[in-house]
Amino acid sequence: MSKLKPGSDVVAAKPDSNFLREQFDGHTPSLGKELPRCLEVENLSLSYTRGKKALNSINLYIAKQRVTAFIGPSGCGKSSLLRCFNRMNDLIDDCVIEGAIRLEGEDIYQKSVEVAELRRRVGMVFQKPNPFPKTVYENVAYGLRIQGLRSKRKLDEIVEESLVAAALWDEVKDRLHDNALSLSGGQQQRLVIARTIAVQPEVLLLDEPASSLDPVSTLKIEELISELKESYTIVIVTHNMQQAARVSDYTAFLNMGNMVEFDTTDRLFTNPSEKQTEDYITGRYG
Amino acid sequence: MSSQAEGHSLHISQQFNVELEEVKGHMMEMGGVVEKQLADALESVVTSNSNLGLKVSRDDDEIDSLEMQIDEECSLIIARRQPAASDLRLVLAIIKTIRDLERIGDESSKIAKMAVKLSEEGEIPSLFVEFKNIGAKVQRMVSMSLNAFARFDAEAALEITKADLEVDMEYRSAMSSMITYMTEDPRSITRVLNILWALRALERIGDHAKNIAEHVVYLVQGKDVRHEKLE
Repeated sequence: MSKLKPGSDVVAAKPDSNFLREQFDGHTPSLGKELPRCLEVENLSLSYTRGKKALNSINLYIAKQRVTAFIGPSGCGKSSLLRCFNRMNDLIDDCVIEGAIRLEGEDIYQKSVEVAELRRRVGMVFQKPNPFPKTVYENVAYGLRIQGLRSKRKLDEIVEESLVAAALWDEVKDRLHDNALSLSGGQQQRLVIARTIAVQPEVLLLDEPASSLDPVSTLKIEELISELKESYTIVIVTHNMQQAARVSDYTAFLNMGNMVEFDTTDRLFTNPSEKQTEDYITGRYG
Repeated sequence: MSSQAEGHSLHISQQFNVELEEVKGHMMEMGGVVEKQLADALESVVTSNSNLGLKVSRDDDEIDSLEMQIDEECSLIIARRQPAASDLRLVLAIIKTIRDLERIGDESSKIAKMAVKLSEEGEIPSLFVEFKNIGAKVQRMVSMSLNAFARFDAEAALEITKADLEVDMEYRSAMSSMITYMTEDPRSITRVLNILWALRALERIGDHAKNIAEHVVYLVQGKDVRHEKLE
């Protein structure tokens, strides 16, 4: 049975390799003195059809319990990169991945890695809320039941905890047995987040989590992200650059499969070092 | 440097280009008005022209209203466009620069008021030499700082911060010679004090020009060089 405390023993196993220095491949996140790394990406290349690379030798790290945002124009590879973190690209035929991604120091593309367990540790939330056509309660309890948890009391407890953590509890506590599809879009998205965190992941991958939501729900999700980073490492892909600037600590700008710049969010949005980044975030022709 | 200046007209949104160009143009216009005010104020002292002095104090209102108008334009750009990176720095630099320009306007009208007093209480031409000297230097600093802004020229901006050190030194030496003048001829104290106040205003204008130069460095390089010692 899987560990329920996020990655505690894994960190202890390899203490030294988990720290990043200020210098990282020529890109200098100036604030990050020594942050523990959660994910490391090394020379990652990905192609969907032979000879055409969607990602080109990407190097970066994801700092533990921080929010890292990927920004870039459509088709730049940011979603592809995000999907590598929990091997969602395995589902696509002809998808070839080279290089390495390490979660807490362990290569997730090794044969010995159990993909279902990896996806528990690295949860994902998509652009459109996708609750199961079940009750609110069952949505959150689903993953736990699959894991074999039977105790009603334990289930109740984790469902409540997860809904509280997803800032949804107060709104749904009297409707736990209503169909999840009767919730509003913003509530559904927070329910999906609650469902994801119920199985105690270490990393949350958010692919455009707020792009189908109204401004108020968007702000609630953003608020939630800054609360969740206390306990989870978060990677977010967003088209909304102001959102990236608001919620993230680090930002990577990708363009045409290349990582152009990776820096602290504060620096990237006020004084980027690459002209391509500048042109993109200020809305100019590249 | 000029590539960055042209860069502000390359946005996908044409309207954003127009807004940024407009607000920059208005700031330069305000700079022109302030330069004219300063020139008139200096002229009014040196020629003891009280009419010109009165006009300078009156025209200060125009500068104040330009400042408010540009402030408003900047707020609207921030609200509508959420500028980032160099656009953000441009808007911030403009907001800071117009504040310094407005203060230069205020100091100029102080100088002009001293001209009115000097013409009423009598002048001391021998003390005008230093005043003219420092006045010319400060005038050059103001126009250099505005040029540096227009051209996004951080190098030129650094020159201005050096010129400010010279002005400060000359101000101190002028002050000590005026103190000598007053000890030798106590009856002249009121008149000398008038010139001293005008000199003090000039020195402050030099400081504001230096501030503008620092905003230019921030605008171009993204570095905050305020409160830093020059090597």
